[in-house]
Amino acid sequence: MALAKITQVIGRAVVIPGDDIDTDRIIPARFLKCITFDGLGEFAFYDERKNVDGTDKPHPLNEPEHAGASIMIGGFNFGCGSSREHAPQSLHRAGFKAVIAGSFAEIFFGNSTTIGLPCVCAGKEDLEEITNWAQDNPDKEVSVDLQNMTVSCGGKVYKVSMPESAREGLLTGRWDAIADLLEGAAAVESTVGRLPYVR
Amino acid sequence: MAKTLFEKVWDAHAVRQLPNGQTQLLIGTHLIHEVTSPQAFGMLRDLGLKVRYPNRTFATVDHIVPTLSQVEPFSDPMAQSMISELRKNCAEHGIRFFDIASGGQGIVHMVGPEQGITQPGTTIACGDSHTATHGAFGAIAFGIGTSQVRDVLATQTLAMSKLKVRRINVDGHLRPGVYAKDVILHIIRLLGVNGGLGYAYEYGGSVFDRFSCEERMTVCNMSIEGGARCGYVNPDETTFTYLKNRPFAPKGADWDAAVMRWRDFASDPGCAYDDVVNIKAEDIRPTVTWGITPGQAIFIDEKMPVLSSLTGGDRGTAEEAYKYMKLQEGAPIKGMKIDVAFIGSCTNARLGDLQEVARYVKGRKIKPGIRAMVVPGSQIVAAQCEKQGLDKIFLEAGFEWRSAGCSMCLAMNPDRLQGGELCASSSNRNFKGRQGSPTGRTVLMSPVMVAAAAMTGEISDAREVFGIN
Repeated sequence: MALAKITQVIGRAVVIPGDDIDTDRIIPARFLKCITFDGLGEFAFYDERKNVDGTDKPHPLNEPEHAGASIMIGGFNFGCGSSREHAPQSLHRAGFKAVIAGSFAEIFFGNSTTIGLPCVCAGKEDLEEITNWAQDNPDKEVSVDLQNMTVSCGGKVYKVSMPESAREGLLTGRWDAIADLLEGAAAVESTVGRLPYVR
Repeated sequence: MAKTLFEKVWDAHAVRQLPNGQTQLLIGTHLIHEVTSPQAFGMLRDLGLKVRYPNRTFATVDHIVPTLSQVEPFSDPMAQSMISELRKNCAEHGIRFFDIASGGQGIVHMVGPEQGITQPGTTIACGDSHTATHGAFGAIAFGIGTSQVRDVLATQTLAMSKLKVRRINVDGHLRPGVYAKDVILHIIRLLGVNGGLGYAYEYGGSVFDRFSCEERMTVCNMSIEGGARCGYVNPDETTFTYLKNRPFAPKGADWDAAVMRWRDFASDPGCAYDDVVNIKAEDIRPTVTWGITPGQAIFIDEKMPVLSSLTGGDRGTAEEAYKYMKLQEGAPIKGMKIDVAFIGSCTNARLGDLQEVARYVKGRKIKPGIRAMVVPGSQIVAAQCEKQGLDKIFLEAGFEWRSAGCSMCLAMNPDRLQGGELCASSSNRNFKGRQGSPTGRTVLMSPVMVAAAAMTGEISDAREVFGIN
């Protein structure tokens, strides 16, 4: 399965302020009633963006200046809670190609990189600078460079991090593990043979 | 060399190293449900792949099942199509399905242990973040996303990076009215909602030694709420007694051999941990959340924090929490009026939970105007309760007695909060909108504390309401 190599994402950024943005907030459970991921993009952050009557609330994702943004900037512990892959799927399908945050919950991180949505961590002070700059400059682009592990914006370059295995997968176009896992079939067979409860 | 259970299980299931440096890890047991599996089966079809070891995947239906009546067709056509899809996928691929008519349906994290599918020294994965529940039996159990459900179906393996291990000791004696739920809420409060990032939590100490498997499940269940992808307790006689004679447990000579193997998986004396945390059981009091993360918790007799005492992100999250919860910084939470009392979920809907609640609500009545419900986690628990007459005790007290499912824990079914209702809940998440209303409010606590709130109509100290001392 040939996948695109993901080395750099350049685009306008939108800031989702606050720490501990959970996956229920990214996509409320009622939108999980589906048997495909198609169409989930429009439900990203739905209850944060919409009043109960369907009218818009003040929210960064509702502001016209952020239309077409492709980089999301969050706080710490982004994507905590439920393991629902629907969360990164909804962001990806809403046009986001990378997420920058202070830290990510583990399951969300894995779900994201597996669908080719890189998530990079910036240090606390750098994240504050990036966030402030992005909020002041909604019309300008941010660059996430996975080769050099940097985020560039406003003429400054910030070091960011990501577990090496995920970075390697994105850079080499092997971010979806299925092909590699299938190649190990014979070795799997022998491991199965050693485990009484499986064989 | 002395090793932890985590390392032993990891080593026994490591297939090979992958090109990106991760480990291809065998997942011996795979559990699926209707919400996170249909897309995975769709991906298999698109890739032209089959389920590689269909006898190692087990299915049930829990999130979308209505609990008022499980009779089909469900009133929600999407819910009906999700159960139908799961039925079709299981039939097509030869997967054992604990369907509604089987008598074994329930929340997936209850079905595994009840059937004896969950066993020590095994790896378990499920497309649900509360999969760590199975760690109560000394299994290493991971919550996974849908693409990973596909990976397990197609290869019985996952690409994983090894976790560090943090040992959490709780020693001493819990005071009366303090439960396993209070222990885990306290741990999350101490270590933070992302304190477990990169760790597996190994729970131990004399409190865990005495805990039943059900109590261990309550604690392991909420590991993810502390940021730890898995949590476990070393297997012991309590574990083996629980599993003996369960339908999928080994029988006869196989049982004896299995117990010997299981014992060996327990962490060795003197093994090295990446971190150790010690907690005194006597320091823990009944705990309730006040905010929008499970870490925003206080003892029932404490006051909510004043914002000026908090710094950085904690302060920001607290400001947001007070605004959303409509609560006042520095005020007590005790006495807050509730609208709904929910006893259920994979955290606290097992027989022991419901027996404990029944013991206190027997002969009492809930406060008029409160909507109170008890939702057993599985059909087996429901049948046990009905056999013991617990359902009648709940009904006489004014609770609704429902059928098995996830119910109002996440409201993917008709059970949900309305508007800004405040719910005293035995579930695991108090996120904004979690219980089905975008403005609904959740206060997490033990089932007995929920029962106390149902009696008084406000957040209460169960020790006072029920005279527990």
